[in-house]
Amino acid sequence: MSVPSLPGTLTSSNGWGTVLAPSSSAAIGSSPDSWLERAPLMLRDYATGWVPEPWRWLLNHLISIALILAVFGLLFAFLTLAERKILGRVQNRPGPNRTGWGGVLQPFADAIKMLTKEDIVPTAADHVLHFIAPVALLAFSILAFAVIPYGRYLVPVELDASVLYFFAAGAATELAVFMAGWASHNKYSLLAAMRALAQLISYELPLLLSWVPVVMLAGTLSTTRIVEAQAGYTGGWVPHWFVLTPWGFAGFVIFFVAALAESNRSPFDLPEAESELIAGHLTEYSGFKYALFFMAEYFGMTALSGMAVTLFLGGWHAPLPLLNVIPSYVWFAIKLLSLLVAFIWIRATLPRLRMDQLTRFAWKFLVPLALINLGTTAFWALSADWPGAMQLVRWLIATAIVIGPFVLLGRTLSAGIAPRTYRYAS
Amino acid sequence: MIPLILIVLVTLATAVVAMSRRNLIHSVLLLIGTWAGIAAFYLWAGAEFVAFAQMLIYVGAVSMVVLFAVLLTRRSREDATLIPESLGRAFSAFIVAGLAFGLVAFAVLSTQLPARKGGASTISVQQIGTGLMGSHAAALLVIGLILTVALLGAVVIAATEPRESEEDAP
Amino acid sequence: MLGTGILQGLAVTAKNFVGSFHDPARYTTVEYPEVKPKLPEAYRNFPFLVSENATDPMGTLRCVACQICEKECPPQCIYIEKSRDKKPDASGKLQLYPAIFDIDTSVCMSCQICVEVCPFDAIKMDQEFEIATTNRFESLLLNREDLAKPNSYFHALHPTEAAEVDARLAAEKAAKAAAAAKAAASATAKPASASPSGPTIAASTPPPQPLAAPSAEAQTPKSTA
Repeated sequence: MSVPSLPGTLTSSNGWGTVLAPSSSAAIGSSPDSWLERAPLMLRDYATGWVPEPWRWLLNHLISIALILAVFGLLFAFLTLAERKILGRVQNRPGPNRTGWGGVLQPFADAIKMLTKEDIVPTAADHVLHFIAPVALLAFSILAFAVIPYGRYLVPVELDASVLYFFAAGAATELAVFMAGWASHNKYSLLAAMRALAQLISYELPLLLSWVPVVMLAGTLSTTRIVEAQAGYTGGWVPHWFVLTPWGFAGFVIFFVAALAESNRSPFDLPEAESELIAGHLTEYSGFKYALFFMAEYFGMTALSGMAVTLFLGGWHAPLPLLNVIPSYVWFAIKLLSLLVAFIWIRATLPRLRMDQLTRFAWKFLVPLALINLGTTAFWALSADWPGAMQLVRWLIATAIVIGPFVLLGRTLSAGIAPRTYRYAS
Repeated sequence: MIPLILIVLVTLATAVVAMSRRNLIHSVLLLIGTWAGIAAFYLWAGAEFVAFAQMLIYVGAVSMVVLFAVLLTRRSREDATLIPESLGRAFSAFIVAGLAFGLVAFAVLSTQLPARKGGASTISVQQIGTGLMGSHAAALLVIGLILTVALLGAVVIAATEPRESEEDAP
Repeated sequence: MLGTGILQGLAVTAKNFVGSFHDPARYTTVEYPEVKPKLPEAYRNFPFLVSENATDPMGTLRCVACQICEKECPPQCIYIEKSRDKKPDASGKLQLYPAIFDIDTSVCMSCQICVEVCPFDAIKMDQEFEIATTNRFESLLLNREDLAKPNSYFHALHPTEAAEVDARLAAEKAAKAAAAAKAAASATAKPASASPSGPTIAASTPPPQPLAAPSAEAQTPKSTA
């Protein structure tokens, strides 16, 4: 894959960006502007045509905000259901199947339950902070959805530094976790909030380091351009997604693991597990505020999956050129849903990590690997113009640099640990 | 003009209220609001990269440092006092603050900023990158070195404490 | 290599997920109210009274109100009142029968002692567990009409046990009939062979037979007297 020519400066208009901005000219191999692709834009133009010209941008923004809230709110609801059903099937039982047609109405039953629960706030708690913490957490998690390109023409806000914006919004969520633990006026909550913060900060570094190679090779921090840089097919059928390169695969795995930890999912769900310090920093929260915390967690999960799809899995591109008849937003949805199912699958499989195992894994394993990945990517970028036969050598060298340290580090870190032997169970 | 006035009001208001709160944690959180206001100012001025970097670093990381520092060093749950201990102290506080303000105001007002009309010339991230790695590389490396030294120092301090307490305990 | 264990684990869970749709071993849930679980034969809840046929449940109860179960019941939840008259039982013999037979299921602890001590195989354990009621004590006191269930029901619940009981009762009946036939045969033979000593010999020959009878069957019903 060759390094695309460095794009010129992109100026965003007045800092607000352009809503639902059309990306630049059709990328290689994608379908011509079919009716399905343009349908969302035509709908939007029809809707905003009703208002006079000065207010159109406001209606544009309001439509995209409403759409994001509606779509990802419903996705959150059915994701909880899918999680329970998939976990159930893995554990030899059905999930919830009583509430309406095989359990489909279960999320709404849960929502009603959460809404009608009594909201208990301890008397000595800091009421203002206790109220603001879940709100702030949810607000920052939703902010992150603004820069993900959901389709060829479907990115809510087009920014020059959109990847940085995404991770800035994610970093601000850690503050809300601390606020939640502090405001509860419960020393165990505070302790658990500190642990949660330690976990979030530890995994922030591999998360940020894992996409630096992507930016290095795409030459831009803008998500739309990163997706465009993954256009094209080699030999007519192999897509140019970054995950299919050695450094991209390593980066994707590190990003995925760090995303698991950043959204407090198993096996890194120490902050919210029921047996750990009651409910960790969420102990003193009941009813709807608890639901808001979980909504924020699932939104974070979805946003990080969306970003993983954008950065590594080719965004809205189809895997094969002949599949371009299916519109781009459908491909994005398929990739997003498969990543979310992978999150659930991992939750069903792996036991929880202890705090020291968690932090050791981040600092001693993921950070060195991410740094080495940077070197691999630098080699990849510099060897882009090697002649034809040397490309194979380039791939081999890159793969060796990725796999070698992984195996060596793995061996070193698990040196004293042998596979478990059981005395009585055979 | 209206957005600028709003941003300035929010930033200054949160800063003033932060300084007047009795509860230290509330002060820190309001200060975080001030930093967010500064980030909004950068956005208004068209410096997107700096704005997001401000959010990432200040709201995401420096706030953590300040909060941990406040938590680990406070003696009790009593709030900080606002009334100055003596008249002399209050007087000297005013003088020092006034001098600092005067110095900064003089520096700001006497700087010759090139007047650019029609702000369409925003710097792209790529230009920032080439600048950092090219003409300002030395400054970047020095800052990186300072941060590394600070990090190592913190790790050393944190790592040696348990041994001292073990020696103290019988 | 690091990570192979995780991949194997992921394969196991995937296999379980896919298998739960078509393999009953990987989907062990019995969706209860719609699907009743298959109870083991030895499952027991509260007792019931066995009657020989379904058409006349009260008249064909095997129970003869001997009150052994009432005395042996540890929480004393059985209350029996004997009848004043005798009615013919299933084999035609005149028997006492229970005028009142009450079991208080709020007290019964399902220990099965009443079943073990009953000499007549008249009380057996039922498997009915969906017996929740809305009043606290009245509906939990089961009387004779609630408790009487036919032998066919007993066969449906506990096939092997019911078959064994039926076989044993039939064997007893056959042995009794054979002993009665032998007694009748020797009684007719004795008067034919020795007429002067007829009364003394006739009086002396019957006693050995009741003694010979217990060796033939395990439990001789004491109602032969």
